[in-house]
Amino acid sequence: MLLIIALMGCFSGCSNEPTPTAPQAESALERVMKQGVLRVGMSTFVPWAMKDKTGRLIGFEIDVATRLAQDMGVNVEFVPTKWAGIIPALITGKFDIIIGGMGILPNRNLKVNFSIPYDYTGMSIVAHKKLAEGFNSLEDFNKPGVSLAARLGSTAVTAARRFMPDATLSLFDDESQAYQELLNGRVYGVVGSAPTPGFQALKYPDKLFLPLSDTFTREPIGFALRKGDVDTLNFVDSWIRVVEEEGWLKERKRYWFDTRLWEPMIQ
Amino acid sequence: MKRICLPLKNKFHKLIGLPLADILKFLAAAGFIIWLMYRGTEKTGYNWQWYRVFRYVCSFDDGRFVIGPLLDGLIVTVRITVYSLVAMFFFGLLSALFRLSDSFLAKILARGYIELIRNTPLLVQLFFIYFVISPVLDIGRFTSAVLALSLFEGAYASEIFRAGIVSIHKSQWEAAYSQGFTGFQTCRFIIFPQAVRRILPPLTGQSISLLKDSALVSTIAIYDLTMQGQAIISETYLTFEIWFVLAGIYLVLAMVISMGVQRLEKRFKVET
Repeated sequence: MLLIIALMGCFSGCSNEPTPTAPQAESALERVMKQGVLRVGMSTFVPWAMKDKTGRLIGFEIDVATRLAQDMGVNVEFVPTKWAGIIPALITGKFDIIIGGMGILPNRNLKVNFSIPYDYTGMSIVAHKKLAEGFNSLEDFNKPGVSLAARLGSTAVTAARRFMPDATLSLFDDESQAYQELLNGRVYGVVGSAPTPGFQALKYPDKLFLPLSDTFTREPIGFALRKGDVDTLNFVDSWIRVVEEEGWLKERKRYWFDTRLWEPMIQ
Repeated sequence: MKRICLPLKNKFHKLIGLPLADILKFLAAAGFIIWLMYRGTEKTGYNWQWYRVFRYVCSFDDGRFVIGPLLDGLIVTVRITVYSLVAMFFFGLLSALFRLSDSFLAKILARGYIELIRNTPLLVQLFFIYFVISPVLDIGRFTSAVLALSLFEGAYASEIFRAGIVSIHKSQWEAAYSQGFTGFQTCRFIIFPQAVRRILPPLTGQSISLLKDSALVSTIAIYDLTMQGQAIISETYLTFEIWFVLAGIYLVLAMVISMGVQRLEKRFKVET
């Protein structure tokens, strides 16, 4: 009993001092410059971020984050995080910024600040040849009894609920599990950000096909930062404008999404 | 006279006679923990929005009671746990008897099963059964989950059963044999009633483990309590609030199991 009281006294005594680690105390930018390392939250997601044969991270987002750190003059440290928990991890200060193909969504924006878009993505569907035979529109999938899979916490879930509310949706922590589910013929289709569904259809042409010729949404992609950090937000916005004008973003995007030159690196 | 009153007095004491000091200690400890949590989250600048949570448990739509997603998930979790418990009993008892039997093959089988299951992670087993084995056997998601859970917990339960049976002194077997009991009768009337008393406490722990491990089935997209919680979090980002509510629900479920077993323990109590 006495011990507890003593402990409480000690803790309340300690807590009166300002805490140097609190994110509100200084901007993330200050902290990054001081410590010389930019901690980036991300999740593996072909071809945004993936591991090559040697276990090194490569991909579009990795290039963007590396260049950002380079332009700040600091080192980059990637913190791989499960997608479903990536926003809480940012809020609680596990890293400084999310660069992981995160779609800008109003309900996400209630918890974090977004930079201006540095990329746009769209949702597409890849479907099972046998189960979804003859499906070629969203209406075909929007029926009770049709099951779809998507990654938990991704904008694919939002899109699937909006365009195909009558289909049942199975959620997985990883995209790879959702595709495994499709290959095992347990769901009719997987909803995901382009170009991954298309890649899967190319990889298993005898089992899967693309029911829609094009993406059915267009979503802006931004960096996510902790709320109220105007300083850092302004920096990344400006940085995006600069590399956009350079044409560097377009060039990188083409390399990762339109060419397959990087394939030998992962296989 | 005094001796007769004693048990009564004890009971009364247990119910309401908690000394004030104890209550104060409890409150202080609880307060301290809550305060710590508050401090921890305050530091990170998390804004609490408890008022948004309740409608995910249940809501009233024009006076009509509507079950929220969390209660839906609770039903699924309870179903999985109950089925798995029954199957765990079956697998556990069977492999315990196999290990105690005289047959070499049965021993090897049971031993192999226990070692294989005990020394690999449950998550790996769950994925293996769901993604690899179930398409071959053509079993559904729910069945795969129950199978994986009960096989896993059954391996532990088997050792608990075996320990309970082995712990009964050899003289009991001999006495039963000399009274002319058959093997089955010996187990049924002599060994089992005594072993149950020793098996129940660790088995309770195992059952509670099963309940908590059932949260892993969310990884194969079963809409159990954990999955429903994660789905809500991914849409509302009420991270801590929902996880705390989930923890509370699991706590209550585990307490229910504990109390149920306490009842059983009373039934098998030795009259001394």
